Amino acid sequence: MSFEQLLQYLLSGVTMGSIYAIVAIGYNIIYNTTGIINFAQGEFVMLGGMTAISFNFFMPLPLAIFLSVIIVSFVGAFIDIVFIRNLKKPSVLNMIIVTIGLSTVIREVALHIWDEKVRSLPYFTGDESSSINIFGAYISPQVLWVLGVSAVIVIGLTFFFKYTLPGRSMRACSANITAAQLCGVNAKNMVTLSFMLSAAIGAIAGTVVSPITMTQYDGGTSLAIKGFAVAILGGLGNSTGAVVGGIVIGVLEALSISILPSAYKDAIAIALLLLILFIKPSGLFGSSEVSALKEY
Amino acid sequence: MKISHKYVPVIILLGGVILFQLISTLSGIEYILTQMTMAGYYAMVIIGLTMLMGYTGQISLGHAGFFAIGGYTSAVLTTQNLAALKGTGLADFIMNSGLSVSMTDTYGQELVYLSPWISLTLAILITIIVAFLIGIPILKLKGHYLAMATLGFGTIIYRIVLGAGIFGEADGISEVPAFPVLGGLSISGDSALRIENYYIAWFVLGVGVLLLINLVNSRAGRALRSIHGSEDAASAMGVDTARYKLAIFVLSAVYAAVGGVLLTHFNGGIGPSEASIMKSVRYVAIVAVGGMANLWGALIMGVLLNFLSLRGYFGSYDDAFFGVILIVIMLFFPDGLLTRDNFKGLKQKIQRLIAREKRTAE
Repeated sequence: MSFEQLLQYLLSGVTMGSIYAIVAIGYNIIYNTTGIINFAQGEFVMLGGMTAISFNFFMPLPLAIFLSVIIVSFVGAFIDIVFIRNLKKPSVLNMIIVTIGLSTVIREVALHIWDEKVRSLPYFTGDESSSINIFGAYISPQVLWVLGVSAVIVIGLTFFFKYTLPGRSMRACSANITAAQLCGVNAKNMVTLSFMLSAAIGAIAGTVVSPITMTQYDGGTSLAIKGFAVAILGGLGNSTGAVVGGIVIGVLEALSISILPSAYKDAIAIALLLLILFIKPSGLFGSSEVSALKEY
Repeated sequence: MKISHKYVPVIILLGGVILFQLISTLSGIEYILTQMTMAGYYAMVIIGLTMLMGYTGQISLGHAGFFAIGGYTSAVLTTQNLAALKGTGLADFIMNSGLSVSMTDTYGQELVYLSPWISLTLAILITIIVAFLIGIPILKLKGHYLAMATLGFGTIIYRIVLGAGIFGEADGISEVPAFPVLGGLSISGDSALRIENYYIAWFVLGVGVLLLINLVNSRAGRALRSIHGSEDAASAMGVDTARYKLAIFVLSAVYAAVGGVLLTHFNGGIGPSEASIMKSVRYVAIVAVGGMANLWGALIMGVLLNFLSLRGYFGSYDDAFFGVILIVIMLFFPDGLLTRDNFKGLKQKIQRLIAREKRTAE
């Protein structure tokens, strides 16, 4: 493999990896406030892409993306208020089953609204033929958009959780929900907010990646599994870990194409997920002290 | 003859199965027995999964994977025409030792294939090995981690059958031969054997349930129920929880594989959709409706919902229907639909209604 080829693989790996990282961060936000893994996270990504594509028919791209993010975040709030809050027995098993049910329903609704066709948003700048030469490797300007948006999301979230009142309230809920409630934090609203936030982030990911990977009604599932693999690799709840984990899995996957048939591309990330779960379920960056107290 | 109390439902089931066949034959809708046969094989997966989810509290989103391992193993092994391989050591050995079935196909060509009894045995063996190897690490996990790990396992199986040439990729494997059982009977889609196949499927399912009932009521069953109640307490009382969980995981995988093998021979083929995640989600949904640790609930719901789905009653909302079921059950009936409390509640409601009617009448 020549240097240019390797660079090409690396760049495409990092691009996909940053999308996986955003999906993983979506998991983390909900996990941190509620302890739930939302199996419908991948569907938020799909919905974001799909609604933006539909809106883009009769309004400019930035407005379409903005509206789709708002709508998907309301879908997130709806899911929490209608379903998660009303669970009779909110055990882990039951919550998993509900979110699996929701992801199925969202996917099927999307199938009936948008059919099976593969769609995509237009490139944000330039078109499919425009490319930028970096040390001999060619990348589409959309790749820069993906990387830039991912970076903004990660930095923005860090800022949000550290310095704003809602962000700090959410962190308080994740640390000790009873204590947070005693201090006047409305824990229920914080959970809803975390669902909205993670849905919105998923939707943003869905729109930026749509020109590269295309959007289809069932595209969320494989993103969801890979996003989860990334979240586990980085240590569930750890956003910096998610970024590193995303890049690792994205690059491994990109390199695997040069060895294995691309039909098995999805299996690589999943095999890695199983491997991490078996060897070190606390993830690369999970502390062993915390994991000793936790149940996997 | 004294009949133990626990077998009463089995006798009712037997009566119901015969009654269903008679009614459908007499009213000229015998064709629905085909879907009842298929639903019976799918119900094998359901009752096995009920043991895992209900009694050990472990979720599996990968049981369609085990179903596919069974179905595809048998399909691959029995679709190799040994007549063409005559002269090679292994083929001759199989043919000479009576492990093969020979027939002439529709073109008058000689067709010799491995006996499905052998392929069934091999499928079960492979399933046991896979379930054992994957079960040891997977069952150390709990909750989300277990759900995702089994989902991952299911996805890998799906990707393999979809990507490997030997499994026919997106087309799956077709022209899987009939499975000779006893005498002239065989498991096949031949419409002349429709009623026979209906009884074969239900016989298999009946035996499957019977074995599980005895398991639940044995010493091991009591250990399982204690795990269901509280894993920590069971462990403290000296129940080897890890071993029981693994054993039930393997057992439920074998049930799924047997269902897969037999349905594949009945349908004469298998496709990658049998391994899809949606199939696994569907099995979980049916177990949840049946009420987790409720074998009979799972059996009834497994047959009923699969039958309705196979008859196409849900139309293009088939998958959505099962998603909605999952949500509704978890929101309103987390203990399943067919529980004593629900029936009691219903009875009380009806009694109250009747009492009110009487009062207003007075």
